[in-house]
Formats: sequence, structure tokens, C-alpha cells
Amino acid sequence: MNMTPSDPNLTGQQQAAQPLPPQAAPAKMRAAGVNFHYGTFRALYDISLEFPANKVTALIGPSGCGKSTFLRSLNRINETIRGARIEGEITLDGEDVLKMDVTGLRRRVGMVFQRPNPFPKSIFDNVAYGVRVNGLAKRSELPDIVEKSLRRAALWDEVRDKLHESAHALSGGQQQRLCIARGLAVEPEVLLLDEPCSALDPIATAKIEDLLVGIKDQCTIVIVTHNMQQAARVADNTGFFLLGRLIEHDRTDVIFKNPSKKETEDYITGRFG
Amino acid sequence: MTIRNIYRKSLNNVMLTLTGICAFVTVSTLFVILAYLVYNGGKSVDLAFFTQLPKGAGEEGGGMANAILGSAEIVAIASAIGIPIGFFTGVYLSEWGGPGFSFLVRYMCDLLNGVPSIVIGIFAWIVVVKPMHQFSALAGGFALSLMLIPITAKSTEQFLVEVPRALREGSLALGATKWRTIASVVVPAARKGIMTGIILGVARIAGESAPLLFTSLNNQYWSTGLSEPTASLPVMIYTHAISAYDDWHRQAWAAGLVLLCLVLVANIAARLIVSRGTTARG
Repeated sequence: MNMTPSDPNLTGQQQAAQPLPPQAAPAKMRAAGVNFHYGTFRALYDISLEFPANKVTALIGPSGCGKSTFLRSLNRINETIRGARIEGEITLDGEDVLKMDVTGLRRRVGMVFQRPNPFPKSIFDNVAYGVRVNGLAKRSELPDIVEKSLRRAALWDEVRDKLHESAHALSGGQQQRLCIARGLAVEPEVLLLDEPCSALDPIATAKIEDLLVGIKDQCTIVIVTHNMQQAARVADNTGFFLLGRLIEHDRTDVIFKNPSKKETEDYITGRFG
Repeated sequence: MTIRNIYRKSLNNVMLTLTGICAFVTVSTLFVILAYLVYNGGKSVDLAFFTQLPKGAGEEGGGMANAILGSAEIVAIASAIGIPIGFFTGVYLSEWGGPGFSFLVRYMCDLLNGVPSIVIGIFAWIVVVKPMHQFSALAGGFALSLMLIPITAKSTEQFLVEVPRALREGSLALGATKWRTIASVVVPAARKGIMTGIILGVARIAGESAPLLFTSLNNQYWSTGLSEPTASLPVMIYTHAISAYDDWHRQAWAAGLVLLCLVLVANIAARLIVSRGTTARG
């Protein structure tokens, strides 16, 4: 991996910005002019960004820069916070997300959180939960769906003999893969991941990165990460956020080797953040 | 310097001793009550106490079987009314409570909790006994349910609020509705705490006598229905203890011991549920 942010060769290579869209693929989701407020605090300023289908897009930036807020706007989970207010347009396959039935939206746009949050239920019931609440399958189809989802999340071999034990008995890394399996079980079109590896060790992190690359042929992935090497390893495109603004968005290799903005370069070379 | 040190150390010792004594008084009160009840009531608790009806004034022997059953009936009625209302109020406060109306509801709960139990009895007399022209187990259960509602609501709210936000978001993010999230994830995660709160609440109202004095009244015999005057252990203790007969005093001690044991068993059961349940909360 020669894209490490500390690589001194990266500096001083500023060139003209690459034109968007960075990689030719139809946009699965698109945000245009998104502003976000928590009460009187303005968290996002005029964010416009496209997520090409079947690609991994990473959102990077220092803590508090708004990348999680933006991610959490895409499935409208931020609506549950009192005082939250959003302006602008977000579309999924051209449909207005903000006007869509919210449960239907969240079925299509899944989410994995920073800390593993398995329900206090069995492994099986965790994975089956989304399918059950959305009435997506018959009871008899559940075992197959659960197995398929756990296989896609690279967890099946570790849990196949204890599907009916509590999910809380699993390790942190296994719990996070369980949460991914739970998200995949409803066959989302987009999967949002909010720093999914920040509570995990490097081995568990590597497993999750591998499985993300493995599932992107079936869904579009957006991942928020603090870890720039992680963005470099898994993402096709990367967006850099700073103080609520999207500073730069381009192909990952361009962002890391040849950023067009001074702030991006300073961040990825470790001068701040 | 040394004087100051001596002062600091002796103040430390004095306060340590003082708090220790207070803690000891608190704990020993329970044991003194228990010991006194066991001493006076223990020798009177026999099989007849659980199987026979009270004997008439001045007669020896007999039991309080009708009061044990009556208490169970009244507490069951109170639970059937109070637990669902209290539980759903707690769910509302925790999950939907906005700043305005919720504050009002929470405040009313505290007030209701603080209403003297005798006043609750008067209220139940006005709304149930008077229209029915009859003292009854229903009226007693209604009165006790008014005490159970705020207890259940507050403890339910408290345990639901403790459920991490991440669990709710995990469920909502899968396309679950808010109600489905509450019913399938939030309440199950807090289940053990909620059950504990309810058990403690029921144990608390089971020992109340004042709300029953002029609602369910008393009965020397088996009551023939829920709309009849019904005997209960707390009221039985009251009437027997203020009577002039030694054998009735003996029976009152026995009833007190039985009631306390039931409450203690409920408390211990609740603690066991909590200690086994801490890992289940995510």
C-alpha cells in the first residue's frame, strides 16, 4: 500500500481538480445542496455528492466535521433527534428520499453503526429481525435467508452451531459482522456504515473490509471512517469533509495521491485532524 | 500543622462513626421488626391460620384463610387495572414524551404517588362504593390500582430510558416502525427491570390497609363475589389488633408475619431477576 497519508511524496503534487463524476457509473443516491441543523447549530453546509451504484464511497475528515451527520441523513435516522432539521434534496434512484415512506426508505438503505448494537435476542432472531418487521418472507424461508446473510457477512462458519444462542455472547468483531448480516438480510440497495471498525481490532477490521469489497456487486456502499488507510483500501471514491463542508470528492487514488485542495492535502498528510 | 492534622483525622473518624451508626440503625430496624414479628407471630402461625375462617369475638383458634384469598383477589384486581395503565404511561413518557405534556404527566405521577393512601380510599369510596351501594373487592382493587399506576409508570419509564439509543436506531434503520421498535427491541431489552419494578410495586400495595378500610371493608366469612365486602390481611390485622381479645391479638401478629414474609419473598425475587438480568441489557 503506497497511499499511506504520511508518504512525503504526496505533498506538492497539486494539480487541477478532476471533473466529477469521478468514476463513470450511474448514481444510486444523490445529494444536492443539503444543509443540516441541530437546533441552532448548523452541521452541514450545502453538501452535493453522488454515490455511484455498486461502488464504495468513503467519507473522511476530522471528528465533528459532519460526515456522520451526512451519512445519517441518507436514511433519515437523524430525524429521530429532537431539533434536527434538513434542507436540500436527497434522491434514491431519482426518488425524493425526504418525501418517501421512511420505513420503506430504511429497508432499501441499510445502516451499520459505530459500535456493534446487536439486539438482546438470539443470533438467528437478530438476522431475521428486519425480514420479519418488513414482512419480506414466509416463516419457512427464514432459515435460508439467515444462512445466506451470515455467509455474505463471513460469519456463518463461526456461528452455524449456535444460531439460537444470545448475540451478546459473540466477540465485538463477530457482533459487528452480525450487524452487517442483519442489514444485508433485507437486501438493501445501499448500505451505510458509520465508522464500523472503530471499536474493533485489526484482524476483525480486515475481515470486515474484505466482506465489504465482496458485497459491493450487490449493493452500493457508503462508509464513514477516521482511518485513512481504510478508505484507501476499500473505497473507489472518497469525499473529504471539513467543518460541515464537503471540501473535495474524487476517485480515492486521486484524493490520496493528487488532491486538488490544500485542506485535503494537509489532512491526509497528517498536518491536522 | 500537627494540630490541624489531628483535627482533620479526628473529624474523619467522627464522621465515619456517625455514618456507620446511622447505617446500623437503618439495617437493624428491619431486623428488630422481623424478630418481634417472628417472636409474637411465629408461635401463632399454624395450619389453621391458612385453612380456617376467623372465629367469633372471644373464641379461641380459627384462621384467616378468607383474608389471604381476599388479599390475593384485591391485589389481582389492582394489578389487572394498574399494571397495564402504568406500563403504557411509562412507555409514553420514555418513548414519546416531549418536553411539555410529558413533564405534566410525570409531575402528576409524582403527585399521585404522594397522595395519602387514606385519601385514595375516600376517592375510591366516592367513585365505586357509593354508586354500587356496596363495599366490594372491586372497590378495594380500584383503590390499590390508583397507587400502583404511578409506581409502575415511573419504574417502567426509568428502565426504558436506560435502553441505549443505539438499539433503537439499529431497529429503526432496518425499516421497523417506532412502535415495532418499542415492542420488539426496547421493552424486551428492559424487560427484567420493568418486571422488577412491577413486583416491588405490587408488594408495596399488598401491604396497604388504609385504602381498603372503606372500600373492600372486611368480612368474617368467604366473600361470595367480587362485588361483596371482602376480607384482606392488612384490614384483618387492623381490626384484630385494636380488638380487646388476646387470641385476636395473637392472630394479628400471625397475619403481620405472613404479610411481611410475602413482601420479603417478592422483594428477594425482584432482586434475583435484576441480578440475573444485567447482562441482557445491551
